[in-house]
This record gives sequence, structure tokens and C-alpha cells, in this order.
Amino acid sequence: MTSAEPRTAAPPTTNDGTSGAGTPDGTATAAGNGRVAKSAAARDPWTSDCHRARLHVVTGKGGTGKTTVAAALALTLATDGRRVLLVEVEERQGIARLFDVPPLPYEERKVAVASGGGEVRALAVDVEAALLEYFQIFYSLGFAGRSLKKMGAVEFATTLAPGLRDVLLTGKVKETVTRLGSDSKLVYDAVVMDAPPTGRVVTFLGVTGAMSDIARRGPIHSQAEGVVRLLHSADTIVHLVTLLEDMPVTETLEAIEHLHEAELPVGTIIVNAATVSRLPAASLTQAAENRLDKARLAAGLAQGGITADEVMLDGLAAEAAEHAIRVLDEADCREELVATGLPILSLPRLVDGADLGGVYELADRLAEQGVR
Amino acid sequence: MTKRVLDLGPLLRDSHTKVVVICGSGGVGKTTTAASMALWAADAGRKVAVLTIDPAKRLAQSLGLEALDNDPRRVDVELADPKGELWAMMLDTSRTFDEMVAAHSTPERAAAILGNPFYKVISTSFSGTQEYMAMEKLSTLAATGQFELIVVDTPPSRSALDFLDAPQRLSSFLDGRMIRLLSLPTRGVMKILGAGFTLFSKAVTTVLGGQMLHDAAQFVQLFEDMFGGFRERAQHTYELLRAPGTAFVVVSICEADSLREASYFADRLRAERMPLAGLILNRTHPPLAKLPLPAAEVAQEKIERSAPLAAAVLGIHTDRQAVRAAELHMRARFDRVHTDLPVIEVAALASDAHDVPALREIGRRLTAA
Repeated sequence: MTSAEPRTAAPPTTNDGTSGAGTPDGTATAAGNGRVAKSAAARDPWTSDCHRARLHVVTGKGGTGKTTVAAALALTLATDGRRVLLVEVEERQGIARLFDVPPLPYEERKVAVASGGGEVRALAVDVEAALLEYFQIFYSLGFAGRSLKKMGAVEFATTLAPGLRDVLLTGKVKETVTRLGSDSKLVYDAVVMDAPPTGRVVTFLGVTGAMSDIARRGPIHSQAEGVVRLLHSADTIVHLVTLLEDMPVTETLEAIEHLHEAELPVGTIIVNAATVSRLPAASLTQAAENRLDKARLAAGLAQGGITADEVMLDGLAAEAAEHAIRVLDEADCREELVATGLPILSLPRLVDGADLGGVYELADRLAEQGVR
Repeated sequence: MTKRVLDLGPLLRDSHTKVVVICGSGGVGKTTTAASMALWAADAGRKVAVLTIDPAKRLAQSLGLEALDNDPRRVDVELADPKGELWAMMLDTSRTFDEMVAAHSTPERAAAILGNPFYKVISTSFSGTQEYMAMEKLSTLAATGQFELIVVDTPPSRSALDFLDAPQRLSSFLDGRMIRLLSLPTRGVMKILGAGFTLFSKAVTTVLGGQMLHDAAQFVQLFEDMFGGFRERAQHTYELLRAPGTAFVVVSICEADSLREASYFADRLRAERMPLAGLILNRTHPPLAKLPLPAAEVAQEKIERSAPLAAAVLGIHTDRQAVRAAELHMRARFDRVHTDLPVIEVAALASDAHDVPALREIGRRLTAA
């Protein structure tokens, strides 16, 4: 099991690049440094920074199971009566599919109950709805807004300024993180965001860059400033989901670098669908090279009442070889991830695929590794 | 039930097959499949180009692609049939766009367009530009007649369907109805749309700022002459995709999400009357030993202590059987819906494929029908 290694180097904390956009650079940088120092001391993969954060941004290369892991994380965080919101921002309805409920409308719906009475609610943020919500609030557009939606006006505006899209989405997420109930307490104990894939996540979270797309004043601009403050505060932490395969690991390492450059706080690397080795470590190389002692294998099988002929022995040895190669390849990939010094959480491959039962199983695995 | 098997060998060897489009959701092995097919056809003596979008670094290196390079490069590999040739290229989206602009306008006008800040947004980040440019590049390459077969890998779209819709979306956006309405709001327009539009226009101006709308308006004016050419080209590409000589192949892994995408894609291609050759069910795990699950499980438990290595090997076998059972279940569900769609299963390699021998092995498995 891998645990957090002390960091060897602090991430770069450049101050330039964002100057001129009128952002609170100074505070963001200071907050970033402070948090790095603290997580270096922790040994638990779920560091005190992770525990303290209220917005968990989950990203990963496409096909790594980002949505499933985000859902499992939300379930884990909801144990013992807590209330967690799971948000998706890519209009894919992945959460609805996973929890086997009808497509989510633009409102928060309860999708699961966690052990100890907590609950997970889900929200699919829709850019059009979010933009019209703004116009509604600030320009009382109402009915006219809806007809403009039909004309494709919203798509037009977000196409013209791609950054606007991201500001609208992150703006809505920020609203849920900071929302207070009638009792003046925070409505959600935590918000888990199923974020865009690693290739786009830094742009997505880099609201400072997007602000150059939008006018210098007005409600959306001040909203964007609020988002920047939240994302660079101790309330936010980014988790990267990866498989132990070349492409996802390479993308993960690149994303970590870019997140550090953008001074966004990285919490954990979550390894998904890891192969659990069946073979003793000493036999792995031998098995991978298809050099297992077949006579010994046959004798062992005979004890179990299986008479194995040559063909069956070859077949079983070939299966063992594929398994061992996979385990060794994954170990290489894991080493690259360990070298980042970030805490690593591991989830096993689910045989039956990612269904609702699988989400609960993964949530248990996360809890076992200290996620709370 | 007799299920048709997708027989790719004859398809790839047939001199009438000019274009093969590989589609499917992200992460299913499209690029590797495209490269393997191209190599197989080149080994069979054809002159083949493979158009990739975003190959893994090591795969790109083994194809001799070190950087984005918008022209096909000959791959330095010894082929089984010396008459064959293998060429490869990686798509550079914004350069393809630039080239398209240059081909459709005067040098002065092209320079003005390329310098417009709004053009930069469109050519790099409009969702769908990559899909559009992949098709544009395919069209250009096909028109040169330089290759007997072009194998195209499609972009890692959010959904496999984006790839068919993107050209349409981009050209209708570039038609600029909204841009014109917003940048030149005449009295007449306002009368039609009413006060709501004025408010919206004001809101958008507040949100985006006047400069951006000004750039957009200028962009539309510069582009005006080219819209006709664009639409014509999009139409031309669309027809190329439907022409005899083109075959679509959908790639999926044996998982619910990926198969759902494959299913939508198959339906959509049929609805558009695009020539769908079949489905590649990629990276499956058929057992390599014929040992029934119950016997293996009983034995495994019995020898857990006395023969741990043999028990471990049985454990690997039972795990694989379980994976296989899930795969067969998924496949049966898919087959029930797409009864007459030919399918070929390609068993997973033990390691990621990033060299020529691995691509050859996949090519062999692809054409094993």
C-alpha cells in the first residue's frame, strides 16, 4: 500500500501570468504555500487538507472512471448523517445513468442514502440554464429569455467567449458550496464536482484566464472573482483519477504540473481499476515470462482433483503470464505516481462494471483508506 | 442464432475500399486500431495513409511522428509486401483551418481573418472544430488521389455523435445569424424580436464587452464570401462519407457506457445511410484454458495451503472467467438490439501496444475472422 511521501519540492508559485486581470494574486499564493507545507507532514492519504476542504474537484482522463469515483467519493463523504452534493458540469447525465434515475433537471435531487443516514444529492449544471438564471436575476428577462434560448442565443454567447461557459459553471458550483440554509448554516457539508477531463481541467478552473473574455464590470465579473477566491482557498481541493496505464498516467503527471503552475491545490491521486495481484511477488517475473514450473503446477492441480493435460497447462500459464505482465506494468505506472509525492488512494477493478452496487463498494474502499 | 462476423481482411484488401473511418467513444483504442488496420493493409501491398488525432506518445514515435505535422509522412517500416506503403499524419486542427481559409480567399483577406482575435477562438476552441477539421483533412487527402486507402481516426469527442454533427454546427454558427443580429441591430430586427431581444443584446454586451462584439462583427464581414464555399465543402465531405468505397467501423470495449455510445452510433449511421461495416469489440478477455468455473473454484479452495502457486493460477483463471461472463452478458445485450450488425472480438494484449510488432499482432487479431 502506498502512503503519502514527503514532498521533495514545493510547486512553483509564480506570480506573473495572471497580473493585470485584477485578481487577488497575493492571497491565493500565500494560501497555496501554507497548504503545501501542511500536507507534507501528513502520512494519511486523506490529509487534513482533504478533510478540511468542502469543494472536491474530481478530474481524470476520459475513460478512467472519473464519474464513478466522484460518486463514490460523495457517498463516502456523506456517511454519518452528512449532506453532500454531487455536481456534473459536462451535460452528459453521467450521474443519472450511474444512479439509475431519470435525467437530472437543473435542480438538486436526492440520489442516494449513505450509511449512517447521510444523503447525496445530485445536480447537473446546464450552461444555458445558468446563463438565463443570471439574466433572470440581473435583467429580469423572464419569458423573453426562454425564446432567446430557442434561437440558440445562449450557445452563441458561450461560443463567442468560451471562458464565459466555465465561469457560469464554476459560478453555480460556488453558489452551492457557499449556500446557507434558513438556519444560517451551510446547506452542504461537502460538494463533489465531476469536473472536465484532465486535458481541460486547468482551463476550466483557471477562471482568471477566462475573465479576459468577459467585460470588466457587471455581475458575472464579480461572480468570477468570487470563484477565483474559492478555488484558491483551503475550501477547495483537486483529486486526479487515473488508471495504471501509460496514457492516463502521463496525462495525470502533466495535469499535476499545470495545476501547480495555476496554484490550484492538488489533494490526492485516485488510482482506479487497479489489478489486485494473485501471484506472490517472487513469482511475478517468472510468470510474466511464461516460465512457471508446469510440472509443479500440474501436481498442485492434481491435489485439487484436476487432471490437467499439456494444452490446459499452457492455457493456464498463458493466463498467468498476461496477469503478471499487467501487474508489473501497473507497478511501473504506480512508481511514476509515487514520485510526485502526492498521497495515493487505490480502488480495485470492478468485475461487473460500474453500476450502483459498484459505487457503494468503491465508497467502502475509500472509507477504509481514511476518506471521511 | 447465427451472428455475422465482421470480416475486415477482405474489406481492407479490396481496392474499392478507399476510406475507413474508425469511430467510438474515448479510450476504447481507436487510434491503435486505426494504426493496426493501416499497417495490415500496407502489409497486404496497398498504399495507405493513417490520419490520427491524438496518439499516445510512444505509439506516435513508433510511427515516426515526432510532432504535429499536417502532411502525411512515410513510415519507415519493412512491409510484408514491398509494393505496400504506410504513411501517417497527426492532425493539426488550427493549421488545417488556416489552410482552408487560405484556399477560399485572397491573400489580403486571409491575412485579415487570421489576425482577427475572434478567428483564434473559433479555430482553436469551438467545440467541434477538431471534428470538422478531421473531415476537412480527409476530404483534402482523398482529393489528391495519392493514397489507395485512408484510415481515419476520429477525435476523442465527448460523444461519438459529435463527429457527425460538428461540421453542421460550426457552419451554422459561422453563418452568423446571431452575430449579425447582435452587431447590427436595426429597427426592423428589433420590431420582429421585440423588447426581449434588446434586453438580451444589452445583457450580452454587458457580459462580453463591446470590443468582442465588434471583433465578431468584423469577422463575419470578412467571412461573408466564404460561407458558400464552406457549406459546399461540408456537403462534399458528407457525400464522400456516404459514397461507395467508404466504410465506417465502430470500436467499443465491453462496458456499458462504451457499448451505449456504440449503439447510438450504429443507429445514427444507419439513419444517415452511412456505410457501417460493423463493430470491433476491443480488448476482450476470452479464457485461454478450458477449465469450467465450478471445478476451478472447488480445486482452488482445496489447494489454497498445500499448493499456493497452483491455487493462485486457478484464481487468475476464475477472475478471468468472471470478467468473461460479464463481457458475454454485455455483448448479448448489444447483439439483441443490433441483430444483423457484424462483430469481431479482439482479445486484449497483455501490454499497451506501442510498437510495430504489437500493431501487427492486433492487425492479425482484427482480420482473424
